[in-house]
Amino acid sequence: MNQAIETVRAARSSNKITDQEIREYLFPDFFELHGDGAYGDDPAIVGGIATFHGQPVTAIMTSRGKNLEERMKKHFGQPSPSGYRKALRLAKQSAHFGRPVLLFVDTAGAYPGKKAERYGQGQAIARNLLELGQLPTPIITVIYGEGGSGGALALACGDEVFMLKYSMYSVLSPEGFASILWKDAGRSAEAAELLGLTPDKLLEDGVVEGVIPFAQDKQVQCREIDQVLSQEIKKLQALSSEELLARRHERFRKF
Amino acid sequence: MQLFEKNNTLSGRHVKTDQSTWDQVPDDFLLRCPKCQRVIFRDQLDEYMTCPSCDYGSRISAKKRLEWLVDDYEEWDVGISPADPLHFPGYEQTIAKGEKHSGLKESVWTGIADFGGQKAALGIMDPTFIMGSLGQATGEKITRMFERAIAGKLPVVLFTASGGARMQEGIFSLMQMAKVSNAVAQLKKAGLAYIVVLTDPTTGGVTASFASEGDYTFAEPRAMAAFAGRRVIEQTIHEKLAKDAQDAETVMRHGFIDAIVSRQEEKATISWFLKNGGRYESGN
Ligand SMILES: [Zn+2]
Repeated sequence: MNQAIETVRAARSSNKITDQEIREYLFPDFFELHGDGAYGDDPAIVGGIATFHGQPVTAIMTSRGKNLEERMKKHFGQPSPSGYRKALRLAKQSAHFGRPVLLFVDTAGAYPGKKAERYGQGQAIARNLLELGQLPTPIITVIYGEGGSGGALALACGDEVFMLKYSMYSVLSPEGFASILWKDAGRSAEAAELLGLTPDKLLEDGVVEGVIPFAQDKQVQCREIDQVLSQEIKKLQALSSEELLARRHERFRKF
Repeated sequence: MQLFEKNNTLSGRHVKTDQSTWDQVPDDFLLRCPKCQRVIFRDQLDEYMTCPSCDYGSRISAKKRLEWLVDDYEEWDVGISPADPLHFPGYEQTIAKGEKHSGLKESVWTGIADFGGQKAALGIMDPTFIMGSLGQATGEKITRMFERAIAGKLPVVLFTASGGARMQEGIFSLMQMAKVSNAVAQLKKAGLAYIVVLTDPTTGGVTASFASEGDYTFAEPRAMAAFAGRRVIEQTIHEKLAKDAQDAETVMRHGFIDAIVSRQEEKATISWFLKNGGRYESGN
């Protein structure tokens, strides 16, 4: 068994940290703000304002839900166009008032449904890449499970991306990759290896800025995340808007 | 002028719905909650005037709201009152009735207020004054409130309640939508926060302008938040509208409201947002 497929399993495991735990331990005064301001309120993305080390921040996270009913509504954490639009709306609001944006991603990808197509899933992701990328406020993403393709990138196109030790980030699921390229979903372990989706590999490739150590206890895990975020916010807030955006441009330009 | 003599005109309906304000009802009176249909005694209601079973916030005057909403306030532009640009027959009496019900000279109260130590410009539209309709003087008071907020670097909190544009003032009423919107835009340019609280009912031209332009949009439970009235829609599409189609909760699911906030939580929530939802300068 290779390391990559084990990372995939861990990233999808049901006892990994959840969005509720992140809110509870990192943002105890989190106030949820609903809606995309246009036509919907996708429960697969939860966003709002909280104070973090004494300053207000906007926190936005993909959400899988606690029970089956919730999971169905949230499409098992796969956002719809209105979820991406809500994220963009809140991020713009955050930039307008000078708050940092903290994004937490655990999604298999953007929801591939009929309605999602109808309401412009591709357009919604594209808008985020176009507009989120230009907002003059620190934007940091933490991948805390699956980072599935464009649906994850739409929430990871800011200044920095960190990954929990047992998380993954790839252009496609290993199963999808194996079945498309080899017409054999059974070869997913091989695909996982080839995709280079582990945090260490992605760090080496310069796709992400850091790997956050694993902790079994969820509260301890959140302390690890907290430490990284508070340090990075401070670092990014010391930059001028011009420096911040130039740095962000370079971050993707190098690929 | 036959259109205006019918009972079914918009303005006629505004005046009729006026009677649904619970605070003008005697204490020993039985009331029915228009949302959950539960029967309640008037004296079961506390200062918040919310339905004990569904939390619906009944229509109350701006002055009643001030009693529990803020710690301190000072009123602005007390003397501004409606003109009668169309010389509309009977308008004077309508205004007099509104004054009597609300204790205001126009359908909005404006001033500066303190929410748990956080200062803000505050506007409260009054459903007991010609259904909170948007007259020229209403728009003028709200615009001045925004202008003073900008000059004094204050965020704005606005409670909306309106049957929409005031028909008795014709096109001058319509112009208020754009006038106030321009003032909102100026506030945003100045980087100041604008908090809207939608109360029952927020409709028509107010929904189609400054009620929909907040940085943060809250609504009271079960408040009607809509553009066109139920009857207008049903007569147009020849279909019944779902009972909750224009409830704030439905509108929130459709993406236009940030959160439902009950009256009991309003002061604390607004105070928190005035503190944390506005311009943040790192390093201070
Ligand atoms: Zn009720």
